[in-house]
Amino acid sequence: MSLERRATMAALLAGRGDDLLVVPGLGSTTWDAMAAGDNDRNFYLWGAMGGAAMIGLGLALAQPKRHVAVITGDGEMLMGLGSLATIGIQQPRNLAIIVFDNGVYGETGMQPSHTQGGVDLIGVAEACGIKTCLDIRDQNGLDDLARRLKNVRETLFARVVIAADEPPRVLPLRDGVALKERFRAAISVKP
Amino acid sequence: MSTQAHNWPDRLFDTLKRGGIRQVGYVPDAGHARLIERCRGDEEIRDVALTTEEEGVALAAGAWLGGERAVLLMQSSGLGNCINMLSLARTCRFPLLMLITMRGEWEEFNPWQVPMGSIVDPVLKLCDAEVYRVQQPDEVVGAVERAVQHVFGGEHIGAVILSQELIGKKVWTK
Repeated sequence: MSLERRATMAALLAGRGDDLLVVPGLGSTTWDAMAAGDNDRNFYLWGAMGGAAMIGLGLALAQPKRHVAVITGDGEMLMGLGSLATIGIQQPRNLAIIVFDNGVYGETGMQPSHTQGGVDLIGVAEACGIKTCLDIRDQNGLDDLARRLKNVRETLFARVVIAADEPPRVLPLRDGVALKERFRAAISVKP
Repeated sequence: MSTQAHNWPDRLFDTLKRGGIRQVGYVPDAGHARLIERCRGDEEIRDVALTTEEEGVALAAGAWLGGERAVLLMQSSGLGNCINMLSLARTCRFPLLMLITMRGEWEEFNPWQVPMGSIVDPVLKLCDAEVYRVQQPDEVVGAVERAVQHVFGGEHIGAVILSQELIGKKVWTK
């Protein structure tokens, strides 16, 4: 039993408020977020593999009154595993790290990732001291996570088990400067 | 050296405060020890200890997305850990200010520090960073002020290199 990635992203972002800022990780989760509906408050990543969670941390610390959701894949998270330790020390109350875990590197030809071999991202996040760690495997769990995302109150980590499929890519804007500028304008930060 | 010469880390801290820095990412480093101590003791500054320097490049990008200025402290060896992540700053024009303490260039006891230390300048130039090299204590404040203006005024990458001669050599036997 596993969830379908596009429906999962759509469920997480359905009815999102203006106070939810989203950092989708390099690769499939960026296409998923775009497929769920383009939004100026998404900062899509076309690179910076391993950096999604830390971009989320910097953003969450700078914007304590808004909620920040990093939504990335297992391969991207594995490349920045140390950032879970860093986030475990910081514990920003408004940051959620959500990992779509299908056990494969989808963008490069479905090669197995360490999670398929038994590496447990929930165990890592718990060991790093992240307060709320959720293992999401079905629709009920997903509905609960979507509710929590509306009002993140303490650092949250969720591993969402998704099917290893490859829906057609839905590509967002690639211009990094434009993505940055529209994000900053959307939340009215000063230059 | 006079007290004035020895307290350059405190004057560097004051310069960062005047420059509006709110997040400081770092991997613990002897050369930056006093500066890190000041940052940890300041209520307005969020100090973020990192497991590897590349985390700090991403942290600074997130900070700027949210309207805050960050600085990344590292030793010369840490620059090598950052190279691919610097693509984030270059592609998106995120301001990135790095303060780099040098190893491997002057009275270095540990030869393992030399390979990375010897290529810091060319690596920074290849990554489009403006480089401000500091040899003497009285040059620190001016260099950091110029770097802050360049980096945050124009959304550029800048690196202040604090030379090993300035930092002083590491004592290996006590």
